[in-house]
Amino acid sequence: MQVDLRILRYDPERDKKPHWETYRVESAPMDRVLDVLNAVKWEKDGTLTYRRSCAHGVCGSDAMLINGRNRLACKIRVDQLGKKISVAPLPGFAVIKDLVVDMEDFFAKYRSVHPYQIDERPMPVTERLQSPEDRARYDDTTKCILCAACTSSCPSFWAKDTYVGPAAIVQAHRFIFDTRDEGSDERLEILADADGVWRCRTIFNCTEACPRGIDITRAILEVSSAIVERSV
Amino acid sequence: MAETGTLSRRQLVHEYEAVIVGAGGAGLWAALELARSGVKTAVLTKLYPTRSHTGAAQGGICAALGNHEEDHWEWHMFDTVKGGDYLVDQDAAEVLAKEAIETVIELEHMGLPFNRTPDGKIDQRRFGGHTRNYGEAAVRRACFAADRTGHMILQTLYQQCIKHGVRFFDEYHVVDLLIDGGQTRGVVAYRIADGEIHVFRSGAVLIATGGFGRMFKITSNALSLTGDGVALAYRRGVPLEDMEFYQIHPTGIVGIGILLSEAARGEGGYLRNDSGERFMERYAPKLMELAPRDMVSRAIYMEIREGRGINGGDYVYLDLTHLGREVIESKLPDITEFARVYQGIEPITQPVPITPTAHYAQGGIPTNVDARVVVDEVNTVLPGLYAAGECACVSVHGANRLGTNSLVDILVFGRRAGRSMAKDVAGQGLPDLDPDASEPVRAEIEALRGRESGESVNRIRTELAAVMWERCGVFREGAGLERLTGEVRDLRHRYANVKVEDKGLVFNTDLLEARELGYLLDCAEATVAAALARTESRGGHYREDFPERNDTDWLKHTLIYRTDGDPQLRYKPVTITRFQPKPRVY
Repeated sequence: MQVDLRILRYDPERDKKPHWETYRVESAPMDRVLDVLNAVKWEKDGTLTYRRSCAHGVCGSDAMLINGRNRLACKIRVDQLGKKISVAPLPGFAVIKDLVVDMEDFFAKYRSVHPYQIDERPMPVTERLQSPEDRARYDDTTKCILCAACTSSCPSFWAKDTYVGPAAIVQAHRFIFDTRDEGSDERLEILADADGVWRCRTIFNCTEACPRGIDITRAILEVSSAIVERSV
Repeated sequence: MAETGTLSRRQLVHEYEAVIVGAGGAGLWAALELARSGVKTAVLTKLYPTRSHTGAAQGGICAALGNHEEDHWEWHMFDTVKGGDYLVDQDAAEVLAKEAIETVIELEHMGLPFNRTPDGKIDQRRFGGHTRNYGEAAVRRACFAADRTGHMILQTLYQQCIKHGVRFFDEYHVVDLLIDGGQTRGVVAYRIADGEIHVFRSGAVLIATGGFGRMFKITSNALSLTGDGVALAYRRGVPLEDMEFYQIHPTGIVGIGILLSEAARGEGGYLRNDSGERFMERYAPKLMELAPRDMVSRAIYMEIREGRGINGGDYVYLDLTHLGREVIESKLPDITEFARVYQGIEPITQPVPITPTAHYAQGGIPTNVDARVVVDEVNTVLPGLYAAGECACVSVHGANRLGTNSLVDILVFGRRAGRSMAKDVAGQGLPDLDPDASEPVRAEIEALRGRESGESVNRIRTELAAVMWERCGVFREGAGLERLTGEVRDLRHRYANVKVEDKGLVFNTDLLEARELGYLLDCAEATVAAALARTESRGGHYREDFPERNDTDWLKHTLIYRTDGDPQLRYKPVTITRFQPKPRVY
């Protein structure tokens, strides 16, 4: 089948502003949008630029706006979208070229929530014990691949780009609810800031956008509740 | 901004005591060791660290913890040696099996969210070729976090690197390795964002760039796995070891090669042919589906060849339907989703069509057990150069790697690499560096960017991947490999005239794909030459014209050196300590 792939293009070395270009590509129903992008790049226009690596939804490189929703290009099929597919860079981020956006601020916010285990107690010779129930408590948020689909879909982030954003809160949640971690206080303090969890308006865009199926809004609410509990 | 199509002449020089190329499991753990030792270190990656392919590893990481049943590192070592068809260096396998235990424990201490047993210990499951008491039966040795163990490892190590303030250079593509006068002096990198050339002057360089599965048409490997570090070392006079041993994994998604973890069989999944038969009972009666990967892949091909593929076609079934929803969803959630998304199959109720997929390079840059690169038959060290992870060949995998030993390898030897580098740089100044050191690669890049007519990257790459898969995959034979030698040579000639359409400096992925194709061609050349020369069958290297293992003539490692003409082949002995070679029966 033939697919019309419409792409928002921008080359800072040639273009004053972004513009749409449409490519007609031969494609199969089970093809990923990434396959269609590759077909354009490899057979029609080598200047088309996007990030990609694993091509099966685990590395997080190819999040983009596809038919109006943030998704991974390698995890959405042509037959799920139809014959007209429109692709644009992730909203809310500065565009470097075509579908490539500047991720530096996103990763800086990720780092700002201390996304690493904090446990300075002496370690045992073997593993620390953790019950399957305690392990299950934070399972959902361990799945995050830092693709930025959530943060880029968040109207609160669009409105105020100093908001730390859903992805960073997800990463904080993963440690706050891990019984082995001792750093909850410092993380909750960071997230109690004006640009922390209180900017969330429970719009659920993040949860809908997450290609890993993480219940992000719920995670944010759990972190908010922990902040409230801590302060009383 | 610089004019389109011309590189700025500015040369940005950075000085670091240690430089790590690649930010997967090996590179990150090495970085962590160096950071803890206070060594000024830079980590360069052409992606962001969390995009590295370690994150795609699924099933688990083996360590003889014995959390469910008796286990010993000696058993793990034996399984590794036997699984590798006795081409494994046994001193290295001993290090691997012993240090696997402390490595897994340290991962837990870093916060890795392993699945847990009811009493709170790290959960373990069965995996191919891992047995108790020297081959008696499958043992529960693979520590895991659902079927996203690699993701958890990558995240955990990156988190720890952030905690320890490791300096990352994200989206820097390394384009040359600086070795002069027998001493490593640094690397040259191309900053993807703006096309600037950066020189990293350093007396200690770790190559941790991963594999090169993209030289095959059907592969589980990421698009970025193009053998960059392996090819750069090869170009700078370092030999490559055992390149003919490339692992073809039994269970990939038909047509596109995405991996469906061996954990599916470790949890009890079956392989079935068209008549519903569990055909592995004819090939490996004791371990069945959990025989080593090379044997299972060959068995699948034999079934297909003899018309017992599903509906006579070129695939068989991975059947999980008897495992039940709970096991499938709790222990194999990601691969279940892959089957749903990429095949439209519901594994809880339907068998999953699978076919073998190119997966892992057992060969690579030769190193000793301290991750120092060695360049000849007597293991002479090249000062300042280190390699760890899939790009390296220690050799712990020999002719066929066991499942999960990739993660063990990258972490055990990534950790050792960091420690070796920290030791070696202590008290040493930075090496002298020719001020024009980046000129050769700068000229190459300018020539590539400036070429106005020529052949497309895609055409050459597609042809390479097709012929490599056809003639250098599961089954090989002399005539086919000779033909392939000529085909790869022709493709290399055509590559000399390759053209990129994008002439810009900003995020020029067209240019980078062209560079990557050059690396793949080098890896392919070495693989084919080594495969043609080895007139025996061992592990993943199966010659239909020489179907038997031949220890008399071939119990030795291949070393391949690049020359102006055909590559030069040399051989070095295998280190045998505890286990004398025996026929490999499962």
